[in-house]
Amino acid sequence: TSSMQPLRADNKVTIYFVNRDGETISAKGSPGDTLLDVVINQDIDIDGYGACEGTLACSTCHLIFDEDVYNKLGPVTDEEMDMLDLAYGLTDTSRLGCQICLTKSLDGITARVPESVSDIRQSGEGSS
Amino acid sequence: GVRGLVTTPSASSPKVCIVGGGPAGFYTAQHLVKTRPDVQVDIYERLPVPFGLVRFGVAPDHPEVKNVINTFTQTAQHARCSFHGNVSVGKDVSVQELQEAYHAVVLSYGAEGNMTMGVPGEDLPGVYSAKDFVGWYNGLPRNRDLRPDLMCETAVILGQGNVALDVARILLSPVDILKNTDITQPALDSLAKSRVRRVLIVGRRGPLQVACTIKELREMVSLPGTRPQMEASDFEGIAKTLKALPRPRKRLTELLLKAAVETPEEKELERRNSAQKAWGFRFLRSPVEILPSADLTRTTGIRLAVNRLESKGEDVWAVATGEVEDVECGLVISSIGYKSLPIDPAVPFDARKHIIPNTMGRVQQSAGLYCSGWVKRGPTGVIATTMNDSFDTARTLLHDMDQGTLDISTVKGGSKEVTALLEKRGVKPVLFSDWEKIDSEESRRGETRGKPREKLLDVGEMLKVAWA
Ligand SMILES: Cc1cc2nc3c(=O)[nH]c(=O)nc-3n(C[C@H](O)[C@H](O)[C@H](O)COP(=O)(O)OP(=O)(O)OC[C@H]3O[C@@H](n4cnc5c(N)ncnc54)[C@H](O)[C@@H]3O)c2cc1C
Ligand code: FES
Repeated sequence: TSSMQPLRADNKVTIYFVNRDGETISAKGSPGDTLLDVVINQDIDIDGYGACEGTLACSTCHLIFDEDVYNKLGPVTDEEMDMLDLAYGLTDTSRLGCQICLTKSLDGITARVPESVSDIRQSGEGSS
Repeated sequence: GVRGLVTTPSASSPKVCIVGGGPAGFYTAQHLVKTRPDVQVDIYERLPVPFGLVRFGVAPDHPEVKNVINTFTQTAQHARCSFHGNVSVGKDVSVQELQEAYHAVVLSYGAEGNMTMGVPGEDLPGVYSAKDFVGWYNGLPRNRDLRPDLMCETAVILGQGNVALDVARILLSPVDILKNTDITQPALDSLAKSRVRRVLIVGRRGPLQVACTIKELREMVSLPGTRPQMEASDFEGIAKTLKALPRPRKRLTELLLKAAVETPEEKELERRNSAQKAWGFRFLRSPVEILPSADLTRTTGIRLAVNRLESKGEDVWAVATGEVEDVECGLVISSIGYKSLPIDPAVPFDARKHIIPNTMGRVQQSAGLYCSGWVKRGPTGVIATTMNDSFDTARTLLHDMDQGTLDISTVKGGSKEVTALLEKRGVKPVLFSDWEKIDSEESRRGETRGKPREKLLDVGEMLKVAWA
């Protein structure tokens, strides 16, 4: 099959992750990879991401998308919804990264990591 | 500061110790060693084995949840982190001694006590706390001899949270499902002989207040060999409220209505009709008294007070109507909550909320003392909740180091100092490499039975294997 579909660099899909600090990190994955695979394979620094290793048992792989992107991501199962319901900062366009498989049509999308529960700046004010 | 300049631990590096080797301890350690390249972190754990409730709480049929152990193991194997099991803080070493040996001490020792019902008959044979029952099927050494009597038809569980559903599921699951999990062999043998056919899960408030999450409820609804059995009258008027509910509560309530009152499609109806066992929620009931047999040697039932709801804004509470109802049962399991206990008189403790009083993880009025996990927040929330709050505590601690409000200028002895103290007291820690010997022995024993592991149930045996 490799002769039918040569592996080319442009077969990769680029994803932009916006981490908790608002910083954008671009990463590449192959079609069929999940967004969790991309975070792990590219060693993207998102604290605590993917605690249950993609087995739909944690919700730490929560990502937020723009509405048009969300609509392209494919159907959500009840089981994914169940875990999402536990996610901190749940939105109408939230998904679990371990359940989203890359396709060519997702090239260039942005995935936002929800902000964490509390803000260190607040704790700083408390101490000084 | 020195941040970024020093990459290996040295005598002058900041030293932090963590009390408790559960998720809170490991996630706090993870964030500390990852964020600050010079900090040295030591975890002290009372048991010879790590991971807290991931090993002793999480249900055996939820192996996916235990994947977090892989990350904890990486943290424990980190060059600047070490694990010292078999050390009971407050007994073998005091918190004050730890504070002398470390720049900061993080208390992450969980919630090892449990709320009691406070009703007559609570001490009868046949009445257990969910905490002990869970500890028994998960191999917690102190619950090894619980051996609950499962020779009755009906079990009543008080409380409607996830732990209550775990217990109900374990009581009703076909043994074929459990036999390939890491449930202990004595528990499996006992469940194989169990006569429990019906489990009632009792709550003092109504269907809109159940405390479980939807994943656990969905598992219950589709548990092979069982059917839901609820009182339709409990759900009058509930459907009307759906629209106004936030999404998680709405989806949970929809599933509950589906199980309780909707007529299922043919296949599901067939499944339910052929089921030999049943479970159901009972609402608006509080325990009044456990009813004993004539000779006072066992449980024959429970008397429940009938409640009605009162509300003010978001708050909804139960008020007794004065009416009571008796339910026949041979087993009562109270699942009304865990609570933290004080471990050292030198550490502030809020005896009303059962937590260590803190602001953002800083223990109040105690420089250099921090807390994370259930002892900080109270015994609620999933592992991800504990993870977030542990990262928060680690951030607070690092912030204090950076700001200089936490003094790291002095040289501290760290684990060397503590190990020397312990040796004098005849206490030998179990290091992570020792735990790995226990781990492989358990896996080996499990393999012969087709289980991921067969847990060692006795601390003495754990120590023997660890130091072999
Ligand atoms: C029955 C049950 C089932 C659960 N199932 C799930 C689930 O399926 N999914 C999920 O996400 N969450 C689940 N949870 C929640 C999860 O277990 C908790 O969020 C988490 O374990 C809390 O972490 P912790 O570190 O604060 O406490 P713990 O896990 O209790 O860890 C505390 C550790 O401190 C040690 N310790 C105590 N006293 C001392 C001392 N004096 N000196 C030294 N060490 C000490 C203890 O031995 C223990 O190892 C469950 C909880 C329970 C009770
Ligand atoms: S990684 Fe746990 S749910 Fe996705």
